[in-house]
Amino acid sequence: MNLLNEWAFIGVFIAVAWVFPALPVVFSAFVRPRKPNAIKMQTYECGVETVGDTWVQFKVQYYIYGLVFLVFDVEMVFLFPWAMAYNQLNFFAFGAGLLFIFLLADALIYAWKKNALEWA
Amino acid sequence: MQVCENIINTLAPCLAANGMDAGLAQFIAILVGVLLVTMAPLIVVIFLIWVERKYAARVQDRLGPNRVGPYGLLQTFADAIKLITKEDITPAGADKAIFNAAPIIAVMSVILMWGVIPFSPIHVGVDLSIGVLWFIAVGSIATLAIMMAGWSSNNKYALLGAFRVVAALVSYEVPMALSLIVPVMLAGSMSMQEIVNDQRGMWFVVLSPLAAIIFFISTQAETGRAPFDLIEAESELVAGYNIEYSGMKFGLFFAGEFVHVLTNALLLVTLFFGGWVGPAVDQVPILGVLYLTIKSSIFYILSLHLRNTVPRVRIDQMMGFNWKFLVPVAIVNIILVAFLLKVVQALGLAPAPEQVNDFAANLPQAIILFVGNLAVTAVVMQMLRNVGRRSRKVEEEPGRMIEPVAEPHGMSVAH
Repeated sequence: MNLLNEWAFIGVFIAVAWVFPALPVVFSAFVRPRKPNAIKMQTYECGVETVGDTWVQFKVQYYIYGLVFLVFDVEMVFLFPWAMAYNQLNFFAFGAGLLFIFLLADALIYAWKKNALEWA
Repeated sequence: MQVCENIINTLAPCLAANGMDAGLAQFIAILVGVLLVTMAPLIVVIFLIWVERKYAARVQDRLGPNRVGPYGLLQTFADAIKLITKEDITPAGADKAIFNAAPIIAVMSVILMWGVIPFSPIHVGVDLSIGVLWFIAVGSIATLAIMMAGWSSNNKYALLGAFRVVAALVSYEVPMALSLIVPVMLAGSMSMQEIVNDQRGMWFVVLSPLAAIIFFISTQAETGRAPFDLIEAESELVAGYNIEYSGMKFGLFFAGEFVHVLTNALLLVTLFFGGWVGPAVDQVPILGVLYLTIKSSIFYILSLHLRNTVPRVRIDQMMGFNWKFLVPVAIVNIILVAFLLKVVQALGLAPAPEQVNDFAANLPQAIILFVGNLAVTAVVMQMLRNVGRRSRKVEEEPGRMIEPVAEPHGMSVAH
C-alpha cells in the first residue's frame, strides 16, 4: 500500500468514525418521545436549582497543571524522531538526547520547586 | 477483523478488471476496509459491557445480568433499545452544538485508535509510519470530548468534572507518551507493525519492564476509571461530566469508555508483549488475532480487577503520584535505556537486523537492559521508602499528636 493510499484510508476512516457513533443518536431522534417543558429543561433537573452563572472562574491550580503539561507535550514530540533514529546514531546522539532530556527534567524541577505541583 | 490491507491490494484490481473506474475501485476497496475496522470495536463493545458487568457482579458477590438471554448475554441489546427510546433532554442554557458533539467525539477517538493496531501480520487497518504518534494524538481527543461535555452542560458538577480532566487525564498523558519513547527507540520505528515485528525474538517488556508498568498505570488513568475515576467521583460530583446527558448520548460515553479499556490492553500487548507474535503465525496469519486476543484479555481482566477492588485516590495523591513519581521515573527510564543500548552496541552484543527472530541473539542485550531496569526499580523503591518513612516521622512528632477526646473514667493518667 503506498503512502497516498494510507492517507486516503485515514481520511475515509475519520469520516466513517464520525458517522458510526452518530447513527444511534440520529436513529433515536425518530423513535424517542419529545415533550420538553421548562422544569424538565432546568439545569440539574431533580436537584436543587443552581445559584449564579455556571461558567465561573475557578481554582488556578488546574490551569497551572495545564501549562506544565503543555511544556512536556511539546518537548516530547521532538524526542520521537530522536528515538526513532537512535539505533543508527553514534554516541554523540546519546549526549545530544541527554541534553534535551535534561532540559525536560529541568522544567519539571523548576515547576516542583515553584510548588506548581502541590495541590494547595 | 478482516484482511484490510489485502482487500485494498486484491479487491481494487479485481473491480478494475471488471470494467470499473480505477479510482472508484480503489475508493470502494478502502471503504470496505474502513468499515471493517470501524465495525470491530462497535461489535466488540456489546460483549465487553456484559463481561464488565458480570465481573463487577462477581467481585461484589452478586449474580449480575442473568435474565435476558443465556447468562444475560442479550442484556446489552435490551439496554441499547431502552437508551434509544429514552427522551433526550438538553438542559436550558447548554451550548448545544458542543453538547451534542461531545459523546460522538468520545466514541470516534477510540474507534480511530483501532486503525493502527496490527491484529496479525496482514490484518491491520493501516500501518502508518507514525503509528505511535497517531494513537497518542487520537487518544487525547477523548480527553477533549470529556472536557467539551463538562463545559457545555451548564452545570457546576459537570464543569468540576471537566476541570479535573484538565488536571488528571491530561497530566497522565505525559508519562504515557514518555514510556512510549522506549519501544520506539528499541524498534527504531514508529510503525506499530514494525514494533511488533521487532518483538519476534524478545518481547519489549523484558527489555524495559519499567516502561511497560508506567504505560499500564497511565493508560488506566487515561480511561478515567477507578482508582483514578476522579472526573466522575460519585461521592463528590454526583456523576461528573455526564450528569446532564440522557438517552443514547449518555450510552455513547460509556460505550467509548468500555472500548477504551480494551484498546489500552491491545496497545499494551502490541507495544510491550509481542502483539500477534506467536507460534506458526507466519503460516496461518489469523492465529495472530487469537494470540493478540488472549494476551490482551489478560490485561483487560487485570484492569477490570483493579477497577473493582482498588479504592479511589484523592486528587492531590493522584497528581503527586503522576508528577512526582511517574514522570521522573519515565525520564530516568529513557536515559537508562538510551545509555544501555549504546553500551550494548559498543560491546557488540546488539542483535544484527537479520537476527531479530533469534531468541538467543537477543538474550545478551535483554539481560543487560533487564538488570538495568531492575537496578533503577530498586533505587526508586528505596527512595520511596525513605520519603514515606520521613513523612511518617513528621506525623509522629509529639506536638502534632491529637489529644484523646475522652479519657477512661477513674483511671489516673499522668500528664
